[in-house]
Amino acid sequence: MSTLEIRDLHVSVNTEDGAKEILKGVDLTIKSGEIHAIMGPNGSGKSTLAYSIAGHPKYTITSGEVLLDGENIVALTADQRARAGLFLAMQYPVEVPGVSVSNFLRSAKTAIDGEAPKLRTWAKDVKEAMDRVRMDPDFASRSVNDGFSGGEKKRHEIVQLELLNPKFAVLDETDSGLDVDALRIVSEGVNRYTSQGDRGVLLITHYTRILRYIKPDFVHVFVAGKVADQGGPELAERLEAEGYDSYVQAAKLQAAQN
Amino acid sequence: MTVTDAAQSPNRTRDNVSGAIETSDKVASHLHPKGSFRVDDHPVPTGLEEIWRFTPLKRLRGLHTDAPFGTGSVEFSASLAQGVKLEEVPADDQRVGSSGYEPTDRISARAWEAATTATVITIPGDTVVGGATILTHTGVSVDAASAGHAVIIAEPFSVSTVVLRFEGSAVVADNIEYVLGDGAQLTVVSIQDWADDAVHHSTQHALVGKDAQLRHVAVSFGGDLVRLNVSLAYDTVGGEADLLGLYFADAGQHLEHRLFVDHNRPKSISNVDYKGALQGEKAHTVWIGDVLIRKAAEGIQTYESNRNLVLTDGCRADAVPNLEIETGEIVGAGHAATTGRFDDEQLFYLQSRGIDESEARRLVVHGFFADIIHKIGVPAVERGLMDAVEKELAINIGTPDSYAAAVDQTGEEPA
Repeated sequence: MSTLEIRDLHVSVNTEDGAKEILKGVDLTIKSGEIHAIMGPNGSGKSTLAYSIAGHPKYTITSGEVLLDGENIVALTADQRARAGLFLAMQYPVEVPGVSVSNFLRSAKTAIDGEAPKLRTWAKDVKEAMDRVRMDPDFASRSVNDGFSGGEKKRHEIVQLELLNPKFAVLDETDSGLDVDALRIVSEGVNRYTSQGDRGVLLITHYTRILRYIKPDFVHVFVAGKVADQGGPELAERLEAEGYDSYVQAAKLQAAQN
Repeated sequence: MTVTDAAQSPNRTRDNVSGAIETSDKVASHLHPKGSFRVDDHPVPTGLEEIWRFTPLKRLRGLHTDAPFGTGSVEFSASLAQGVKLEEVPADDQRVGSSGYEPTDRISARAWEAATTATVITIPGDTVVGGATILTHTGVSVDAASAGHAVIIAEPFSVSTVVLRFEGSAVVADNIEYVLGDGAQLTVVSIQDWADDAVHHSTQHALVGKDAQLRHVAVSFGGDLVRLNVSLAYDTVGGEADLLGLYFADAGQHLEHRLFVDHNRPKSISNVDYKGALQGEKAHTVWIGDVLIRKAAEGIQTYESNRNLVLTDGCRADAVPNLEIETGEIVGAGHAATTGRFDDEQLFYLQSRGIDESEARRLVVHGFFADIIHKIGVPAVERGLMDAVEKELAINIGTPDSYAAAVDQTGEEPA
């Protein structure tokens, strides 16, 4: 049983006009076995939340805590957080020319486990993980994400999710840019991961369509750098019908009052 | 036909305009170098000349002025592949100069004059030579400069590989000629793996025969200053040349590669692909890619590329591609040169998968060099180069298994 707690998290980025605060006090608690959906309009800071949890150096945590099983991880580097059990599936996975997928996966697995995977079973594990998301085995010898289509990049993220099997996965708009088939395949991958029963997911999305395949236990509405509302799956249905507009207006009003 | 033009200095534009109305092959530009064997025809450079402006003359140890050449500073050893012949011949042997090269700078002319003998390597015709011929030059002293001359003759329809190794401490100026007979396939790998105090000025020129294929690979890792001129011309039609290069400059090093492809005949092909990494204060690399497409060179194809990866602050990478085109009747001509910093997003992506920073950097740099190393086609050399890249990376960012080692020693993760 693990927990990922985010407490009063404030995050800023450096811009030409100085530091700009993006996250303005985020509170969230995710326990293993739970799926939390974070929904919000563009520019609300959803991706910043994802990157801040994962430890991207561009984002400065000015106050607050991210606790993994009670340990504050904000001082850890991205690789240390990953080894501690966090995983970020990126909205735009990065291309790394000249580094093959198989070499990359083996390096990552070795780093996470602290020892090289067993040669005999590893090749089979990789092949099966790729098969499950309908990725051609040829991709193993290609450069990481290099020349992959948008859908192929997202499937590759899911292959990594399954092989590295973290305690908590943050999925940053994994549904964006996917056609119906790819969305189903990717969602099935996430569901296989959560079906282990003791894994936690923070599913960041703009649209409700991925929630037809992945059933969240909790839904948080994210507006203007903080959680504006939360509830159960029924909240997603309301958002589907009504959109974010009322939340955005309320946030604007509040900002004006401050 | 596609043409991508070089960024032109005002000077060069004028040359091109005059070139456009010229009716002979004689156009005034540095891409039409007029060679001469007489040292006096090449004035002592001041550093302002186009061909010298990137080179720190002060560090040439007088090679560009009149430093005397001596003997005994470089030890030579050869490991010949089966059937390959080595001779030491006097400088007046008719094979010396048979590539058609005439010195185009003072150091090359001085080396030509100073070398009283030449090493002639002959690869027998109609033979596929197994294994590589390895010529090793080991410098033992920087007190006296050395001049060298070699002629490597690939007889018609031979297939072979020659590796030139330069190591140790020395001050060397040399001229190396490659003469490829009809249909010959010659792979040359020139590895400048000198000690930190070495100075090397090397001029390597090839004459590519009918349907012959030259693959020249320049690898520069060591030395205080390395200036390598690689040039080629075609004897007749159908020749093909791949000029590949890989360099890694550390703090204080000056590594300069100057390419000149003279498309003087129709239906010839050239591809230039150089990649370099730089790390440390005052690491400096220079890449000049000159391609001349003469009026006669119809139906040719050329592409040149240089990519530099800057790993730390304080480095400088100069890259100048020049393309001078005197006929439009070609299949294609283009070039690209880029210099980029280490990509932090690549680093973050790898780190977010648990891979520590030094290992992530290692993977990215490996990836950067991998495609060019795999083009070499000589497995032993490819493995050696991967190891050499590894060694270079260890200087700056820790050994590849530093993470594992640190865990082993302390039982904890390194901070």
